Amino acid sequence: MAAWRNDGGTAIDRSQPLAFSFDGKVIEAFAGDTIASALLAGGVSVVGRSFKYHRPRGLWGAGVEEPNALVDIAAGMPNTRATQALAANGMAVRSVNAEPSAEKDRRAFIDAFSRFIPAAFYYKTFMFPDWHLFEPRIREMAGLGTLDETKTGPEFAEQVNHHCDVLVVGAGPAGLHAAREAVRAGRRVVLCDDGRQPGGSLFYRAATIEGKSGAEWVADVATELERAGDLVLTSATAFGIYDHHLVGLSQKGADGAPDRLWRIRAKSIVLATGAIERPLPFGNNDLPGVMSAEAALVYLRRFGIVAGRKIVIATNNGLAYETAEALVAAGADVTVVDYRADASTPAGLRVLKGVSVRAATGRNAVNAVTLSDGTVLEADAVLVSGGFTPTVHLYCQAQGKLDWRDDILAFVPGRPVEGVDVVGAAAGTFGLPPELADGMARDLGIIAAWPKPGAKERVWIDLQNDVTAKDVELAVRENFVSVEHLKRYTTLGMATDQGKTSNVNGLALMAEITGRRIPDVGTTTYRPPFTPVPLASFAGARSGTRMNPLRRLPLEQAHRADNAVFREYGGWLRPAFYGAGSPEERIQAEARGARERVALFDGSPLGKIEVIGPDAASFLDFIYYNTMSTLAPGRCRYGFVLTEGGNVYDDGVLVRLDENRFIVSCSSSHVAGMHALLEEWRQDRFDRKRVFIHNATAEMATLTVTGPQAKALMGTIDLGIALDDTTLPHMAVVSGVFEGIAVRVARISFTGDRSYEISVPADHAAALWTRLRQAGEAFGAGLLGLEALMILRAEKGYVVVGKDTDGTSRPMDFGLTAPLERKKVEFIGRRSLITEDAGRPDRRQFVGLEAIDGKGVLPTGAHGIERGSGVPRSIGYVTSSYFSPVLQKPIALGLIELGLSRMGEIVELQHLREIRRARVVSACAFDREGSRLHA
Amino acid sequence: MQLFPCPFCGPRSESEFHFGGDAGNHRPEGFRDVTDSEWTAYLYERNNPRGAANEIWMHMACGEVFRMERDTVDHRVAQSFVLGEGGDNGGMA
Ligand SMILES: [Zn+2]
Repeated sequence: MAAWRNDGGTAIDRSQPLAFSFDGKVIEAFAGDTIASALLAGGVSVVGRSFKYHRPRGLWGAGVEEPNALVDIAAGMPNTRATQALAANGMAVRSVNAEPSAEKDRRAFIDAFSRFIPAAFYYKTFMFPDWHLFEPRIREMAGLGTLDETKTGPEFAEQVNHHCDVLVVGAGPAGLHAAREAVRAGRRVVLCDDGRQPGGSLFYRAATIEGKSGAEWVADVATELERAGDLVLTSATAFGIYDHHLVGLSQKGADGAPDRLWRIRAKSIVLATGAIERPLPFGNNDLPGVMSAEAALVYLRRFGIVAGRKIVIATNNGLAYETAEALVAAGADVTVVDYRADASTPAGLRVLKGVSVRAATGRNAVNAVTLSDGTVLEADAVLVSGGFTPTVHLYCQAQGKLDWRDDILAFVPGRPVEGVDVVGAAAGTFGLPPELADGMARDLGIIAAWPKPGAKERVWIDLQNDVTAKDVELAVRENFVSVEHLKRYTTLGMATDQGKTSNVNGLALMAEITGRRIPDVGTTTYRPPFTPVPLASFAGARSGTRMNPLRRLPLEQAHRADNAVFREYGGWLRPAFYGAGSPEERIQAEARGARERVALFDGSPLGKIEVIGPDAASFLDFIYYNTMSTLAPGRCRYGFVLTEGGNVYDDGVLVRLDENRFIVSCSSSHVAGMHALLEEWRQDRFDRKRVFIHNATAEMATLTVTGPQAKALMGTIDLGIALDDTTLPHMAVVSGVFEGIAVRVARISFTGDRSYEISVPADHAAALWTRLRQAGEAFGAGLLGLEALMILRAEKGYVVVGKDTDGTSRPMDFGLTAPLERKKVEFIGRRSLITEDAGRPDRRQFVGLEAIDGKGVLPTGAHGIERGSGVPRSIGYVTSSYFSPVLQKPIALGLIELGLSRMGEIVELQHLREIRRARVVSACAFDREGSRLHA
Repeated sequence: MQLFPCPFCGPRSESEFHFGGDAGNHRPEGFRDVTDSEWTAYLYERNNPRGAANEIWMHMACGEVFRMERDTVDHRVAQSFVLGEGGDNGGMA
């Protein structure tokens, strides 16, 4: 490229030179240079290869609209827009879609076959046998960047929630003016801009505002805002606008600082997002050296780079003349090709009027253009302006509807959206706000120069996704005439630049071919994000173990000291078993010890939801399948809670402490759900002043002593309670005191052996646990992990809801029919229990399954098979299956069709290709009389 | 992200709320007399209105169950009510 550095440039600091590598080549630059400006000044004309055809591509733009210059930064972000990333000393930058380098891409040959690979070629060609077979190779070839696995950096992106009166998006003249007006009216303002400092076009377009230069005025306004305590966020792109005035901002972290995601809730929003220059459609308009005229002005004034020595400026409007005059002043040879025959143009410029560019020529860089009248102009840079497209993305995301304006050939915001104002170029008003500089509104004076069908040369519409005018023509021929279909068929506007430079030209061509007006073709839907946002910003701190934090036991440290192996159970991290060695042996030993002697178990996650008040009893009658109001104070009762659909939702023991005070002991994984269920019915059906709910689960630890020696062990600990079976029988509860702290002791058993559940405030759990451990030594007390407990409860046929039930289980399937037959009052799900489905004769019922084939433990999930005359049919499945150490044989539970009337029958069970045989037995395999509960 | 007004806490992000169903979907009482079709309607039939909607929501942070009138098209929230206040209770019971 012929670009060269002069001695200007307000963004760079020439006292701080730096160097970095691009595709292995050393590039010298200055502090303040973007990667793009450094490449331009460094003479790199090919900055990347195109997505599909691997065409050489140069810089088009200078900001967020850039479609070509995507680069990978080693140990940094892939697919970084070179126009927005600062060059840093020592960084290693690579082009994308190119191997080994952008300049010498070995896939460049693909372009020679371009006419054989039109739009949708891949989908049409690689159909058989399956697109997915070819997809990885094709995607790899089309590529874009690759993630650097060695990337290190901040652990996670920050997320900030913020509120303000007015959020102004865009800190160009219109945005700064709007922000200052709001501040002066006493509003709390946030002003954001995707540039590294506020100012927008005032940094490269000449302006005098309130007697100051543009840059001075910008500094003064920014100072005024900051003095008023308002936020000015730079390098921050507003990427999406969401319900109720929530705006998402992605802010790039400076100097290795983490990126930041802002969620700003504003009472009102001002969009001053500017406009983006469009390319002109001519042959080979994708050649390196063909650049936006506005971008060339940015590179000149901000970075001191003159785009070329022999420059052609092609324009269909008046705004390109500032670029022309500035480049002439910088010493370039400039010819303006003005498509407008009757344009009034500044003096002292070489202007050809009423002609247009037909095609550019060149190989890896443009070297000439051919005009419509046949004239050939040599050029080492072709700067084009095809008009401006207001950046209306956020307005459209906020459900705004666009109007077409023929005078500026652009879509502009139409009907007002409540709380969202659009100002400046985004609203189609170019130049300075009239209040700031009367008469300085810039006259666009644009004429149409849309792409036309039937061009001989290839005319690029979408540079990033490599879509040509011919692709749009093909789409129309194949009847994809809806704009949404056009987009999906050709991928026009679907690249990471979201068609910022290409959409309107594509629509105009479609309109031309189908004989419609542009507004009748319409636009595609605008969706967030406006620019790519790193997924890490959305994740924020919620990654790894922070994604879904585990709940931890108050006694975790004590369990660790006992070599507990922890697993997650229903969101809680709990000891699965204790000690080293074979897990299976450890678990069996724990279960055996609990049956033979006594064991200690930490049941702290067990639900403890208090229900209090004069209506508590009738409330719980409604909640539970079982009648609960008849429960005597100091007693406990097991019950089911159903859904309104009549299916088992949870089970557990209800404790009645006194007349008006109960405790719902729900499954540990159901506490949040049960709490919400109780609250919902309490508020929506009962008198909320006569029944109250308090979730005390986390406040209280629950420590269990279980086994034949449980009573003896308890006898050695002074809790101030009588342990005789008259005072504290099975399913009773008493209050005690441990070291001056009130505790609750309940005779509730999930093992089938005599058990004491002690509920103690969580901060006293460790002391009680230590005491129990010490006392247990004399009795050979072991520790019981969750896995061994699961064996003990399965020996007894005790249900685990969600494991031994499924979404269709009803209480009668577990043999619990009495409440349905006898209960007088309404309860949740009652009506569903007298439906046809509930009475089906083939319901799956809860039974035990005893393996009789000597092949060991049955596989959980194995299906019972019935071989009638036809295809084998499932009659249910195994829900729980273990080896019982006390019975010295496999035990299993299952839901089997009509299981309760199949007792003694042999069923076949199939798992994968294996067939097993089992006898249907009672779910309770151990101590059917229940004598051990009282032993 | 919508803002919902909890009658107890004030405006909060929608992610803190749990949808409780259509307001006015009254539970048919007297299980012996309720027909299958009445019960089915209560369990499964939903209004899914386009436009004005009258709904029950729960604010999970404080547990408040309340009625809210909002618009499903433009997402405007008209008002929220403590259950049993603001005219028709509208709850499920
Ligand atoms: Zn609340």
